[in-house]
Amino acid sequence: MTTVDRPSYKVIGTRPIRPDGVEKVTGQAQYGADIRPPGLVYGRIVRSPHAHARILSIDTSEAEAMPGVLAVVTSRDLPTAADKVEELGETAVNLRELSENILAHDKALYHGHAVAAVAATSSQIAAEAVTRVKVTYEVLPPVLDVRDAMRPDAPLLNENRHTKAMDGSLSEKPSNIASVVQFKGGDVEAAFAAADHVLEREYSTSMVHQGYIEPHNSTANWNSDGTLTIWTSTQGSFVVRAQVAQVLKLPVSRVRVIPMEIGGGFGGKIPIYLDPVAALLSKKSGRPVQITMNRTEVFQASGPTSGTHIKVKAGIKDGKLTAVQATLSYEAGAYPGSPVGAGCMCMISPYNVENFDLTGYDVVVNKPKTSAYRAPGAPAASFAIESLLDELVKRTGSDPLEFRLSNSSRENTTMVTGVPFPRIGAEETVRAALDSPHYKSPMEGPNRGRGVASGFWFNAGLQSSVAVSVNPDGTVNLIQGSIDIGGTRASLSMQLAETLGIGYDDIRATVVDTDSVGHNDVTGGSRTTFASGLAVHEAGLDIQRQMVQRASALLNVPEDNLEYVGAEVRSKSDPSKRISFTEIASKSGQTGGPIVGKASLSARGVGAAFGTHIADVEVDPGTGKVTVLRYTAVQDVGTAIHPAYVEGQIHGGVAQGVGWAINEEYYYDEQGHLLNSSFLDYRMPTTLDLPMIETVLVEVPNPGHPYGVRGVGEVPIVPPLAAIANAVADATGHRFTVLPLSPRRIVEELYGL
Amino acid sequence: MENFDYVAPRSLAEAYATLGNGRSSLMLAGGTDVIVQLREGRKRCDQLIDLKHIPDLMTFQVNSDGSLEIGAAAPLATLYENAEIARRFPAIVDAATIIGGTQIQSRASLGGNLCNASPAADSSPALMALGARLVIGSSSGTREIAVEDFFVGPGRSALQPGELLVKIVVPALRENAGAFYHRFIPRNEMDIAVASAGVLLELDGSGQITRARVALGAVGPTPIMVPAAAQAVTGKAANADTFALAGAAAAEAATPITDMRGSIAQRKHLASVLTVRAFEGALARIKGDS
Amino acid sequence: MRRTQVQATINGERVEFLCEPRQSLLEVLREELNLTGAKEGCNNGNCGACSVLLNGRVVNSCCVLGVELEGADLTTIEGIGQAGSLHPLQQTFLEEAALQCGICTPGFIVSAKALLDKEPHPDEHRVRWWLANNLCRCTGYDKIVRAVLKAADQMEEVKPV
Repeated sequence: MTTVDRPSYKVIGTRPIRPDGVEKVTGQAQYGADIRPPGLVYGRIVRSPHAHARILSIDTSEAEAMPGVLAVVTSRDLPTAADKVEELGETAVNLRELSENILAHDKALYHGHAVAAVAATSSQIAAEAVTRVKVTYEVLPPVLDVRDAMRPDAPLLNENRHTKAMDGSLSEKPSNIASVVQFKGGDVEAAFAAADHVLEREYSTSMVHQGYIEPHNSTANWNSDGTLTIWTSTQGSFVVRAQVAQVLKLPVSRVRVIPMEIGGGFGGKIPIYLDPVAALLSKKSGRPVQITMNRTEVFQASGPTSGTHIKVKAGIKDGKLTAVQATLSYEAGAYPGSPVGAGCMCMISPYNVENFDLTGYDVVVNKPKTSAYRAPGAPAASFAIESLLDELVKRTGSDPLEFRLSNSSRENTTMVTGVPFPRIGAEETVRAALDSPHYKSPMEGPNRGRGVASGFWFNAGLQSSVAVSVNPDGTVNLIQGSIDIGGTRASLSMQLAETLGIGYDDIRATVVDTDSVGHNDVTGGSRTTFASGLAVHEAGLDIQRQMVQRASALLNVPEDNLEYVGAEVRSKSDPSKRISFTEIASKSGQTGGPIVGKASLSARGVGAAFGTHIADVEVDPGTGKVTVLRYTAVQDVGTAIHPAYVEGQIHGGVAQGVGWAINEEYYYDEQGHLLNSSFLDYRMPTTLDLPMIETVLVEVPNPGHPYGVRGVGEVPIVPPLAAIANAVADATGHRFTVLPLSPRRIVEELYGL
Repeated sequence: MENFDYVAPRSLAEAYATLGNGRSSLMLAGGTDVIVQLREGRKRCDQLIDLKHIPDLMTFQVNSDGSLEIGAAAPLATLYENAEIARRFPAIVDAATIIGGTQIQSRASLGGNLCNASPAADSSPALMALGARLVIGSSSGTREIAVEDFFVGPGRSALQPGELLVKIVVPALRENAGAFYHRFIPRNEMDIAVASAGVLLELDGSGQITRARVALGAVGPTPIMVPAAAQAVTGKAANADTFALAGAAAAEAATPITDMRGSIAQRKHLASVLTVRAFEGALARIKGDS
Repeated sequence: MRRTQVQATINGERVEFLCEPRQSLLEVLREELNLTGAKEGCNNGNCGACSVLLNGRVVNSCCVLGVELEGADLTTIEGIGQAGSLHPLQQTFLEEAALQCGICTPGFIVSAKALLDKEPHPDEHRVRWWLANNLCRCTGYDKIVRAVLKAADQMEEVKPV
């Protein structure tokens, strides 16, 4: 549905086939682990079996003596890293901590922390060599839960870490609390005192993983001229290049990153883990080195998202949400950098709340360093507030969607940061949910319930750079540096086709390496179709201008009397004087040379995304198992460039959210060993665990983009956690405040076991 | 993964000879457990003996007395695709269709599932409830034991050095009898049983229970028979109240552990719930409802 | 380590290769035969990204040894259809936007082909049951299931009566 009039487009809104599609359905597409440079050898990582341990010694001699072993590296092979923060787009990283995470220096901080690496002529020999690297540890007590880590007497991961306040000051005592953030507005105490209904609850969520099917991989060749080539599956080739250059202290220009097809990321393939290690092994061995993680390594030692504990209190007066007070504590993993700040900023964004006081703690624990995961920080915060509101609104007797409608954020509502929203579609999604066939259908049957929840994500802008070459036959090559994970070659080509008035099939989009186009930030923050789309539009306008110049010479009409309309240039005063895009292209050699459009920008005008979801569940009263019967996701998608891909993003976000709500969790023993590091025991939804997912695309165009694009990929993971929990509460009469809502948890609660 | 030799004997005699050559051996049937165990270093061997080229181990047949003989390495999919097995022994299909997914079922076998001796294996309680017996062979002949006597501990079976599991013999169900197996898993596929229950139910003409067998999985170091649950229902009418007695006995008999897949309390509770529902399933089969 | 010589038919061609007994079929395909369409997602039979058809049945190639291929008939994603002559499943996966990152796609197509070869008219539940060993993290399966059902319909239409 479209709620705001928008221009009629020729290409935007259609559903063409992606340019990379045929290669992907025939098995020809080259992902990171598929590359085989001549002379390739195989690397493998030695990992800590302990969650917290001092590394006393590493003896590599036995491994080095093995036939077929070509190189062994430890942290001693890494240059000393600077203690400074590098922005990665969506996340930032301290370079020293990054270096320590890549190869542990004096301490292993989680089960699976890399401590050394080997390269050998076969993957089998490399695997054997790993067992011959002898590491002596002094095992230290681990701290695994965010609340335990915050206690004053908790074991410290780093004795030199002090809590950083918002003003930059440091706590006197060392602490596992790396930083505190706070957002305040109005007077919460006064609002609570005046409220009709006030409720306070505590919620917690477990550490969960993005669960991309392709494990991390990197293939590196340290060339004889001192340059470094890296083939890898990443969300941001330029960010890999920047991090590798910093960690290895190389000039950026000497590092070339060739992005391979990427088998899922969801935020988890922004940091680097393997690239510098493969590079060092290549330097030592003189051969290209490929390292791929196995699934256990992915779970143990990549970047899941935070387990959280959230205490939240809210007040309602006369049907209005008047005050929210919350304390959010997020596990950062082994090094600081949880998305707790984003959690605070997203938590109440769907609502116009005058009084708020939100405090966030970023806390280190002996688990892997967290990375971004689809709308990082928002789902847990949303689970807390949306669960609380569900309970609170029930007390007022209102319909939960009507309540959301009357409290919805709108244009000019200020966020907790004080920044007002531009035109947003928050209330439109709520209204569409109210009007949906799903919400209007009766909820019948025993042990069944319905839940709703809303969610918000900022979306990101950041830097993009594209080049567009017009070929003499009128076809066009779109050179992009943004990684395509889920169809952005198509969505960018469509915007270019719309801008130039040419056909989608006349454009061929290619993702190129870091030597071949200007800088592009990561494909993250739901930014690519928006921000690289802006660049594509600008490059298209650049081509339009050049086409007008060329046409001026060819038609002998002054430029100011020409206009670019459709796929042709024509005289404003005499429309019979016209020349087509193809003809201008064919004559480019005679009119000044190749026509190449370019654009590089830092995108402004980001449009925020809102979603409202409806879930129907059935809870087996004997086993506590939750079955999702029906699910509808309503979302303001700005303009759906490729509606099928927009639906796909929503489906995927909902599926991950449902997994998070019902079964997914990192399961550690008391010593900090991760016990469920497999797809068997880390239970992501299978085909049989989800229904068809209904989507309602509400289109409120983003005024900050020429085609109204808003990021769509992230917000759909935000509402499902609470939508499911609220449905389970409706079905069982029991309010669950701890995720996941596993059968074990439910059955133990229902039967008081 | 450490290296090993691959041997593919063409007959049982050849297999026994290989088994007796003094080298450490593991059997390869579907490989869906053993290949992973070798890769992850949980098992090792000098020689891996592929049983799939021994015709005796790959086939199955329904005998004239109605009993079913299944070669130990016959892939699960070949079993449940067989109309006669599906009609006469649906409880075997119950298990065979939930061990792994389609890809696993193309290769994995009942024999492999039994010999892996996981307390949570799906075939064990189903076959135990059915009263199946195992034929074990070696160079010195064969012996037969009841399925429930095959499990010694987690991952350990009664197979002695030089022996291999040859076939599974499942007796015919009597008139007015039905069997049912199911498990509880958090997802709807690709999981290991948190707890499971297999039931055989026999009725007389008036609907009284004349005989029952109850087996549980994943609630102890091995799958277990629960004679107390069978006794609790024998001689009683087949109804919800009776089945509840069996459920209570099953929960009582369960001695589970808490691990990442479930808790003691949850598993004892499930032992009861699953036993009751397995009785209901078996009864429905007798009545022809499913 | 001694390598064993193996002869098999792969995607309709007689192939001979050498491998160690400990090498999985997935490793042999990817590292020895340069058939990289089968992907490693878990290497223990829990994701289906390495699915291939072994003697007509769908299996996880990570749970098969290369040496087991002796005398066998194997079809990988590379043998199912090429650009210009796509299998109906490949076409419907494209049309229905049933892939996002695409890493699980070869496994889904191989597995779905095994289903349609055996059962030309599966219903939604049957498709979901058959594909439950294939994990996808991008799509929520909705469009994948629709693509398989659509391919089944189309294959029915073109079949002679």
